[in-house]
Amino acid sequence: MTNSIGEIEDNEVLFIIGSNATEAHPIIGNKMKKAAQKGARLIVIDPRRTELASLAKYHLQLKSGSDAALVNGLMHIIIKENWQDQDYIDERCIGFESLKENVESYTPEYTAKITGINVDTLYKAAKLYAKTKKAGIFYTLGITEHTTGTDNVMNLANLGMLTGHVGIENAGINPLRGQNNVQGACDMGALPNYFPGYKFCDNQDNVDIFEKLWDTKLDDKLGLRIPEMLDGIMDGNVKAMYVMGEDPVLTDPDANHVRKALNALDFLVVQNIFLTETAKLADVVLPSTAYAEKDGTFTNTERRVQRVRKAADAPNNLMIDWQMTSEIGKRMGYKGFEYHNSEEIFEEIRKSIPSYAGINYKRIDKDGLQWGCPTIDSPGSKYLHSGEFTRGKGLMLPIEYLPPAELVDEEYPVLLNTGRMLYHYNVSTRISDTLEAIRPVERVEINPVDAKKYDLDKNSIIRVTSRRGSITANITITDRVSPGTIYMTFHYKESPVNELTNSAYDPVTKTAEYKITAVKIAKEA
Amino acid sequence: MVSITFNGNKMEVSEDKTLLEIARENGIDIPTLCYNKKLKLFSGCRMCVVEVTGRKNLAAACSTKPLAGMVVQTDSEKVIKARKDILDLLVSNHPEGLESSTKVGDDRFREYAVKYGVTQGSYKGAVRNYEIDDANPAYLRDPNKCILCGQCISTCDQIQITHTIDFLGKGFDTKVATAFDLPISTDNCRLCGQCVSECPTGALIHKQLQFVDPAKVTKVRTTCPFCGTGCNFDLNVVDGKVVGVTPIDEATVNNSSLCVKGRYHSDMLYNKDRLTTPLIKKDGQFVEATYDEAFNFIAEKFKEVIDKHGADSVTGLSSARCTNEDNYVFQKLFRAGFGTNNIDHCART
Repeated sequence: MTNSIGEIEDNEVLFIIGSNATEAHPIIGNKMKKAAQKGARLIVIDPRRTELASLAKYHLQLKSGSDAALVNGLMHIIIKENWQDQDYIDERCIGFESLKENVESYTPEYTAKITGINVDTLYKAAKLYAKTKKAGIFYTLGITEHTTGTDNVMNLANLGMLTGHVGIENAGINPLRGQNNVQGACDMGALPNYFPGYKFCDNQDNVDIFEKLWDTKLDDKLGLRIPEMLDGIMDGNVKAMYVMGEDPVLTDPDANHVRKALNALDFLVVQNIFLTETAKLADVVLPSTAYAEKDGTFTNTERRVQRVRKAADAPNNLMIDWQMTSEIGKRMGYKGFEYHNSEEIFEEIRKSIPSYAGINYKRIDKDGLQWGCPTIDSPGSKYLHSGEFTRGKGLMLPIEYLPPAELVDEEYPVLLNTGRMLYHYNVSTRISDTLEAIRPVERVEINPVDAKKYDLDKNSIIRVTSRRGSITANITITDRVSPGTIYMTFHYKESPVNELTNSAYDPVTKTAEYKITAVKIAKEA
Repeated sequence: MVSITFNGNKMEVSEDKTLLEIARENGIDIPTLCYNKKLKLFSGCRMCVVEVTGRKNLAAACSTKPLAGMVVQTDSEKVIKARKDILDLLVSNHPEGLESSTKVGDDRFREYAVKYGVTQGSYKGAVRNYEIDDANPAYLRDPNKCILCGQCISTCDQIQITHTIDFLGKGFDTKVATAFDLPISTDNCRLCGQCVSECPTGALIHKQLQFVDPAKVTKVRTTCPFCGTGCNFDLNVVDGKVVGVTPIDEATVNNSSLCVKGRYHSDMLYNKDRLTTPLIKKDGQFVEATYDEAFNFIAEKFKEVIDKHGADSVTGLSSARCTNEDNYVFQKLFRAGFGTNNIDHCART
């Protein structure tokens, strides 16, 4: 997030696109509802009628995957009506002319045709967002889990810059990040292209810095991303894998392909709390500890570094994750893995990442600090890009609309959308007896029109089949979804939705199009 | 600013604050049941009454602002008697055993009853006899123990903005209920349990904490392990075991709010299927191993693969669920140890 969670309540407009915050980020959702209660107007862009959509001034129930066209259409209107913040653009951004040229063809009529949103609503939403000062954009995986995910994100940045909404309070561009520490894992360099602190690995200056810090020789070419690792296994170039705390068989798209690849490895180590679907394929399984059994830090979606504390001993006095990783390092004969406690590691992190340099365990004992926090007396950064963008000038990049990788057709006429729901979190909360008891089964959301068409009632079980797999599940009949679309979560291994999803990827991030799969459905029982 | 006398002490105070706020800022204890600084003023329980010289009736401190020259007594005989009377009325319509029914979390009603010596009611007459709502896995509702302070309703309306419950009925028959007086379920409630945390009585009970002795609890503040919001809460620990979650007042990110997952997940730590020892696969079957055996085997195999196929034949998946420290060491093993940048995690999904 460029801005902070605490700012949400005082926004005047919330532009919420591809984000079901009241279920996926309930406490942020509460703050959005509170803002609405205080008079903020919500523009909610989502193919489903989410709880936030029901509070919205404008709910743009667009056709799945038409986000880029919609945003281009809004920018077309803003520029035609001269609602853009020209002073802001002239002073802080580059690329306006090419952006303007690109959106020229996205007339309201053309945009309406692609997105299914009528021209009048497009005008009203564009005006409300552009003409309100304290207007923030919020997005989640509804934007990124597409083959055009990167383009979608860049286009939202275009929209934010065009209207002067980035770098000020109660506005900005705010991805709501999915996992507790996805921000931190990225910050730490758990990525194939970056050393810690987003320093490109294929840059000699960066290699020099980390060779000095770690006192060893480093590789200066980019590593493999997850899908490339899987392809690498099938090509015979990748022989071994070490998986910490993930279950790609259940969470990555096209599960059967993932399983096949992992089976083809010479050697697989899985470190997890449970014998997961992935762990079952391993040669060695290392038992992990839960978050409540270790000390450390998480970095949340607003870049706040917060303490995690050991509250209880792990069963059997198990080692914690970094201890096991260090132990492997030591037994391989590597230097630099002689850590005694988490704080010692954090002290090394401070030396590796300038924006963490001002943070230490003492300073975050209570409330945490938001990076960038370069010095020990820095208060941390509530919002980013104040006055100037981190990269200098804000770059506006023309984005073209591209249709989704898979479209519905005669054989697979229904569009499947996937995501989370309130009572569960990914594949891990079902091991809580309480949460499991609250919602023990998948319930596919299906519109009453389709329920009638397929002769379904609330007790029916349906079979959902895509080009890659076939599963069964219970249903709930609701107009939250439009006719011709269904919605499923990925929480249930009994209804493993990722056996259906498409592994077509965004070319830059290799994020899969989890949000759009063409399926057919049939009554099973 | 105005000048008032508070329990005999002259002080200059802001006329925008209430007598209750002024008292709390000055370390003067005034009991409250329905007051909650996070919520709009309810002003219904009368526990916070104080004596203001010259006024006929006692004033509710939560909703009275100071006037110049006001003389306030927070613990005069008249005030104490009024509080006892209020408690007596409430306790008389409360099931037996109030004194011993302690709870983890906000336990003010019982504490005041004990403090003011009113654990048995003196009014004999009709007593409520409602069914206990035990229909959901997260929390219990016992309307017989409710004192109608309204905090659950205000919390649901103003903090969680869900509007699940409201007062139903009049007079003696008033109770807190859902629409159509149905049991709490996922059909009418998000089961966040925020109302449970704000309830000062035993009417709303966190099931996981129901039989936990609050005197034995140690609280450990930590950060939630689920979505990216980063809510803080206390893990409640008894004899080295986590027994449940309670909120922290004024955590920066979430104030005291939590969602259903944050509040009720902690039993997952003790799931019987947890791994407790390293496993090595032999002839297609997992066999229990010591750490030594496992680490030596892993080191040997990685060495073998790297010697034969090069460092780039090894890949790693780190985790957005693990700590920064775990992730840092993991990527360092690949980069500084193995010598490859083949490391990724589920940020892409």
